[in-house]
Amino acid sequence: MSQSPKDPGDVRGAIEAGRRHHDMGGRDAGPVDRSQHAHDPWENKTDAILRLLADPARGPVMRIDELRRGIEEMGPGIYDELSYYERWIASIATILMEKGVLTADEIGRKIEDVRARHADAPPRREGFGGGTR
Amino acid sequence: MSAAAHATSAPFAPGDRVRVRTAFPPGHVRTPHYCRGHEGVVERLCGHFPNPEELAYGRVPTAPCALYRVRFPQRALWPDYAGPAADSVEIELFDHWLEAVE
Repeated sequence: MSQSPKDPGDVRGAIEAGRRHHDMGGRDAGPVDRSQHAHDPWENKTDAILRLLADPARGPVMRIDELRRGIEEMGPGIYDELSYYERWIASIATILMEKGVLTADEIGRKIEDVRARHADAPPRREGFGGGTR
Repeated sequence: MSAAAHATSAPFAPGDRVRVRTAFPPGHVRTPHYCRGHEGVVERLCGHFPNPEELAYGRVPTAPCALYRVRFPQRALWPDYAGPAADSVEIELFDHWLEAVE
């Protein structure tokens, strides 16, 4: 319990111990941020998208277990850099591509459309994610 | 064993001593790293659920797995635990991660 999970030097040790990066239970992680915050609209939308995709009435298209697997496979680095709902939407995209629901090209073109639509809007804050971890 | 028989099969009972397998598979597993290899006591059978290790890859298992809540002494898991000796932690673990302690 001596090293932070974000310590790059810890990655090799974790692999040798058979511990995957996301499996951080009991490890030092610094102070806990207990501040309350509102979710950004895109975070609410991400939550809604997952609920719809995981609804048994729709198949389900994907399961929460697949969402978790996609997040866990990000590994050190990306896993730490992304906020909570950024991890969700990135994993949802990966799983939907795996399942043939969406293609990388479709997602890429949609991202371009959205960027163009918001080209004139000033960024509301640093980066594009909320503070949610 | 038929799926129906499997759905009610529960090899362990509350009070049984069990050890978490010392295994480090790749893929999506729900057994925390910190409890592997440790001994605990079955607190209850939570029910039978499809194996998340299969669901994570888009496969739906036909036979649900028994899920147990297992109690471990905090001090067994964390040698430097500073709280009361009676403190415990309970972890929900699937049948295939547990072995009987004689």
